[in-house]
Amino acid sequence: MTSAALTAARAKRAAPKRVGLPRVGLHAFLIVTTLLWISPIVWAVFTAFRPYGDTSLHGYVSWPRQFNFDNFTTAWTQADLPHYFFNSIIVAVPAIILILLFSSSVAFVVSRLSFRWNVPLLIFFMSANLLPQQVILQPLYRLYLRIPLPLWLSDSGYVYDSYIGLIAINVAFQTGFCTFVLSNYMKTIPKSLGEAARVDGAGVARQFFQIILPLCRPALAALATLEFTFIYNDFLWALILIQNGSKRPITAALNNLQGEFFTDNNLLAAGALMTAIPTILVFAALQRHFVNGLTLGAKKG
Amino acid sequence: MSEHQPSSSDPSLSRRKFLASGAAGAAALAGLGTASRAFGGLSPEVAEHLAAGTVTLGSYETGAGIKALAAASKAFTKKTGTAVKINTVDHNTFQEQINSYLQGHPDDAFTWFAGYRMQFFASKGLATPLDDVWKALTPQMPPSIKAASTGLDGHQYLVPNKNYPWAVYYRKSLWKANGYTVPKTWDQYIALAKKMKADGLTPIAFTDKDGWPAMGTFDIINMRVNGYQFHVDLMAGKEGWDTPQARAVFNQWAELLPYYSQGALGLTWQDGAVQLEKKQAGMFLLGGFVTSNFQPANQPDIDFFPFPSINSKWGQDSIDAPIDGYMLSKKPKNLDGAKQLVGFFGTAQAINIYNPLNPGNLAVNIHADKSHYTPLQKKEAALIASTKHIAQYMDRDTRPDFASTVMIPSLQSFLNNPKDVNGLTKSIQKQKKAIFGS
Amino acid sequence: MATDIATSMGAGGARERKRAVRLSTGDRIAVTVMVGIPVLVTGGLIWFPTIASILLSFTNWDGIGGLHTIHWIGTTNYRQIATIYPAFWPALEHNLYWLGALAFIGTPFGMLLAYQLDKRVRGSRIYQSLLYVPVVIAPAIIGLISELILSPTQGLLNNLFEDPAHGHLTDWLGNPSLNLWAVLVFACWRHASYIMILYLAGLKALDPSLREAAAIDGAGEWHAFRTVVLPALKPINIVLVVVTVIESLRAFDIVYIINHGRNGLELLSVLITDNIIGEASRIGYGSAIAVVLLVISLVPIIIFVWNSFQEQEA
Repeated sequence: MTSAALTAARAKRAAPKRVGLPRVGLHAFLIVTTLLWISPIVWAVFTAFRPYGDTSLHGYVSWPRQFNFDNFTTAWTQADLPHYFFNSIIVAVPAIILILLFSSSVAFVVSRLSFRWNVPLLIFFMSANLLPQQVILQPLYRLYLRIPLPLWLSDSGYVYDSYIGLIAINVAFQTGFCTFVLSNYMKTIPKSLGEAARVDGAGVARQFFQIILPLCRPALAALATLEFTFIYNDFLWALILIQNGSKRPITAALNNLQGEFFTDNNLLAAGALMTAIPTILVFAALQRHFVNGLTLGAKKG
Repeated sequence: MSEHQPSSSDPSLSRRKFLASGAAGAAALAGLGTASRAFGGLSPEVAEHLAAGTVTLGSYETGAGIKALAAASKAFTKKTGTAVKINTVDHNTFQEQINSYLQGHPDDAFTWFAGYRMQFFASKGLATPLDDVWKALTPQMPPSIKAASTGLDGHQYLVPNKNYPWAVYYRKSLWKANGYTVPKTWDQYIALAKKMKADGLTPIAFTDKDGWPAMGTFDIINMRVNGYQFHVDLMAGKEGWDTPQARAVFNQWAELLPYYSQGALGLTWQDGAVQLEKKQAGMFLLGGFVTSNFQPANQPDIDFFPFPSINSKWGQDSIDAPIDGYMLSKKPKNLDGAKQLVGFFGTAQAINIYNPLNPGNLAVNIHADKSHYTPLQKKEAALIASTKHIAQYMDRDTRPDFASTVMIPSLQSFLNNPKDVNGLTKSIQKQKKAIFGS
Repeated sequence: MATDIATSMGAGGARERKRAVRLSTGDRIAVTVMVGIPVLVTGGLIWFPTIASILLSFTNWDGIGGLHTIHWIGTTNYRQIATIYPAFWPALEHNLYWLGALAFIGTPFGMLLAYQLDKRVRGSRIYQSLLYVPVVIAPAIIGLISELILSPTQGLLNNLFEDPAHGHLTDWLGNPSLNLWAVLVFACWRHASYIMILYLAGLKALDPSLREAAAIDGAGEWHAFRTVVLPALKPINIVLVVVTVIESLRAFDIVYIINHGRNGLELLSVLITDNIIGEASRIGYGSAIAVVLLVISLVPIIIFVWNSFQEQEA
């Protein structure tokens, strides 16, 4: 394989593609698959625009007699979406910051400094994320009840029923996965950079904050997206660790749309779709970083 | 119509108020010591509460119920000057986390149900007895209601305010058109079902995807075949499941299965209500909430009859009519205020404020104003009043872990395979012994 | 305390250079803090409750009352789970079916999607965004979608192909022989999207010269994939395998929202939830099921980390 041949091949690939049959087939495949893929969601969106009276009278599989935004406006107010969304943000944003800070710190030590403890540390963190949440809920609840907090940190006086408690468990639970991804990513950063800094007299902390961390921005963005999705959609932690109804996260807002017996499914659909919008927006905004980020992480073991 | 949480329980206001007064009060109360015991420990905000005279109330109300409860609470505040702070958690979540709620920092009072579910928590010391509150309430409540509010130790723990019956509902116009009459005995019931099937209907709407609706059928057949006392004892774990009596219930039930909705285990009760409304099904055994999403035009067309008698010894002397009410947590911060609050909620005055705002409920207080009841509700109230024995529904009458982890799957397994009653009852009995201990 | 000697680790591929570097005191403090705080948080909030749960699995505690109400009963819970709990073995079986479906359908399809998207198609970002949506939507929507499509009387499938109004219908949700498969379609749908993104990231990292070499060789596309792409992405493959196994063991949301995980949709995580969360708190019993799940989960963890450890050594 001569470099000339390689260059020629590369040039060929870089040239604008003429639409040949394989390409058309590829497009067709992608279009059909994507349409099929999102059709259930489109169906749910369609249903959300129909009042419950319409669908219970004529069934879900019918032409809409009424088509309006009522479900969306009702869900917005009845579920008090802005309030619970704000609660979710109070938990998600600090949690993500801390998760990324902790996992990048551990990843840095594990990937760029060599200790006996590197592999045990990695196992310690990764296994934590692989355990089912339900396993630890009861003891965690008991633990939280016993740790007092000053009032300015938690208006319940304890870690139980406080945002701090919720943030803390999300951080603890998610750090493992992020540690693994970031440790892979950091191993690909040329060590010459770290060495140059060391020669200049930079300590570990400075190397970390000023050189390595900025280089990890794509991976950090990627993980921020994923973590936002996980934390935002989670409901188990808040179920047991939060007692005050008004402190619960957005998943609780959807429950507010369900009655004791009767549930307006169309209303619930409208509410659920609205709550999904932030995660989709976060993904769409960061996706460029997202794909690039995980890329470099996967390159080398 | 949008639902708003009333200002007395506006969460953002209270949160700010907490933090502000908490900060101020914390310094003054630092001497009391903030690092206190884990369970039911005093926090500085408590002292602030007591000074202002506030009662906290945990509630699982949804939708219109939130407004109704708020209105009743406002009336209480007007009457006594004590503020009521309501902590609303959606219905399902409230039930799911009740264990951790009651052992953590529960509100002074909370909404809950009658039956074993109440007795269970009371026996664990998680509730406060309300005998003194009941002194004033006893003449206002039917005896069966008081019995349902009493714990295992003979003390009352619940102040009830509303209930609803389980009965067999149908559409009058459909029945009139096809010439059906209300069956009083089992044989008449089966004959009616046969006739409906011949007419192209689903005779009995039945929907058990969610697991709990089937309990209603088990309960009523058990009470009809074996009597109320056996049913209560079975629920309390005092009788066994692999007994001829329990097996008889399943065998009797099996006769109904050919007349049930197709795909019953994949349908929710709402699907069943749709079948009833669309005149695809002839009858539906369900609670009074079955009409909650009927078209308004169709509401007057609904009627019901109590489940037919099977054994003339018992006749139709029992029904399921679950009761909702209020309890006090283990160590309310404002004990007197909380007792006053729940006592007030039990009075006719309170329910007369509550009911119009959350229609569809029947008051338990005998002096309650029933003038705004629909004809259907009047009939339902009369049914409950005239029935000798009131059960609370299986998931309230027996241990919650038994009801949800054993009975729901067992009933579904029966519906899938009604032939193996012996095997089923043996399996239930084994699990029951593991849970009840005997 | 021995002096910490740090060896710098290089990215694989290039020449390895190992040099012993002494860490200054300031550095040692920094490292201790950087590792110590996460360890404390994870240890205190995850590992400590886990060990407590393992211990609780040998008791018959109901979650109410203090430590004095906990009674040791040895392996009784485990015996009961294996012998008298009708839901346990079906749940285990279903988790294995779940694994099979994800491993043989969900993951390969996700890989296929990623591979096609990697071909520098116009508008690939739009396809990517749309194809990722199943991962971000909440269980509540999936529950509703399952109703919309699979409900015996109101669902799309039955209304298009059968006649539910007159009793001709298939009970997709309530028939225990059918419902797991119907649900697995949804599970694969979501899983494929998740895998797609992970794999796409890996593909984009692939050295283009590798693929050009294979292309020039005149090998067919499948051959090139099998002999060039797949081996080069070994680290990602390991991630996919472990993610697939863990997702199938932790599967919970979809069945829980459809019918609370009963009547053919039992899964281990649901059994744990049933016994631990809610009024039915049989903490000891639920913890025992959780320990079973934990032990089963540890197998892929160990494989994964061991492989990862080998990568580090390479």
